[in-house]
Amino acid sequence: MREIEVGRVAEAVRDLCIETNTCIRDDHLEALRRARANEESEIGREVLDRLLENAHVSCSERIAFCQDTGYAVFFVELGQDTHLTGGSVEEAINEGVRRGWDEGYLRPSIVESPIERANTGDNTPAVVYYDLVPGEGMEITMLVKGAGCDNMSALTMLTPAEGLPAAKRFVVETIEKAGPNASPPLTVGVGIGGPFEKAAQLAKKALTRRSGEPNPNPELARLERELLEEINATGIGPAGYGGTQTALAVHVESYPTHIAAFPVAVNLDCHSHRTRSVTL
Amino acid sequence: MSAAKPVDLTAPFSTRDVEPLKTGDVVRLSGVLFTARDAAHARMAEAIENGEPLPFDPEGQVVYFTGPAPARPGHALGPAGPTTASRMDSYSPLLIERGLKGMVGKGLRSEEVREAMREHGCVYFGAVEGTAALLARCVTEAEVIAYEDLGAEAVRRLVVEDFPVVVVNDLHGGDLYVEGRERWRRG
Repeated sequence: MREIEVGRVAEAVRDLCIETNTCIRDDHLEALRRARANEESEIGREVLDRLLENAHVSCSERIAFCQDTGYAVFFVELGQDTHLTGGSVEEAINEGVRRGWDEGYLRPSIVESPIERANTGDNTPAVVYYDLVPGEGMEITMLVKGAGCDNMSALTMLTPAEGLPAAKRFVVETIEKAGPNASPPLTVGVGIGGPFEKAAQLAKKALTRRSGEPNPNPELARLERELLEEINATGIGPAGYGGTQTALAVHVESYPTHIAAFPVAVNLDCHSHRTRSVTL
Repeated sequence: MSAAKPVDLTAPFSTRDVEPLKTGDVVRLSGVLFTARDAAHARMAEAIENGEPLPFDPEGQVVYFTGPAPARPGHALGPAGPTTASRMDSYSPLLIERGLKGMVGKGLRSEEVREAMREHGCVYFGAVEGTAALLARCVTEAEVIAYEDLGAEAVRRLVVEDFPVVVVNDLHGGDLYVEGRERWRRG
């Protein structure tokens, strides 16, 4: 059995917070470049040029790509033969967030209570999802989740009779409704199936996939292509100023569901799409 | 952000200065911007209700909806892109009625805000959120002038140079979000 000291987890999370917020991952940069090449509107191309320039400046100067340095969301895949030592892993993750936010000049954006709304001052607590997987080791994937686009996300409980056509309509309508508010071009995470909360979690996790990498299931991959085409036909365009590039990628994940159910969740991520992983 | 030459505009300004602007025009803002977002707007609305003074006189001024990240040493301001303006919709008319001439943000505004803008001569400018690091470079001075306890949400007085924005809602009923989408919609 492998042992991992939680101090190493805190250290890795600290680095991940800074790296994810300052340096856009290569696949998303490539998606932005591709959109720049394909965008037909002049103002849209200007927006994409500025996004690419911002990515260069933020990474080389180690400053945040976007002032909304987001919720710190982590997907942890923990090998079941791993023993975490030296304290609580959840506390270690929060300690990493605290240090990353302080040392990386990131904006504390979390309030303690949705009602009272006092800022916690260090962006904790993180939002952590754990998956136990066979084997040893630990992979931590961070998603920096901005609120502007999260606010425009949506979930619906369709009936099996309404089915796939209604699901597609719901995804496109969610993006139409978001318009410029979600800061397109978007990365779109779609979760279908499971009970209520499973669909939302699938949609969120789908955002961490490498940009545009198709779902291995050919049916879902086809759905991704069809949705991308429909979304880009809306005309919303970069920053919502009008154009042909409204989404960079659509990632669909599905899970078995109930005979009575067809849940669909859509989680939007803005052009400041920030995700990275580290393996311990 | 088009082939047209950008319009240079220095804030504060008057309705007459922004009257010629048209939806889609690229503007380089210089001069003074005041930052305020959700929490600061709520406090300003409360101040108005209680007859207390505002952190700044809105007459002729421009509000920038942003909550900057902390600045690294040597920088006037940390990364500061626009936040979603619609969250300020319920408050904006209060400032527009008191002479506010410009707002910088991103995203849709309510009909009520757009009507107040047309009536009182206020323009809504769009900035691009994912250019936060670049926008901060246009800021030469930044000073917290009110609500310091709100941290990133405090009201700051910024001095900017050639801060790039585009006219979303002009004084003549134009709306870039509507017109842009209609122009490029397919099917």
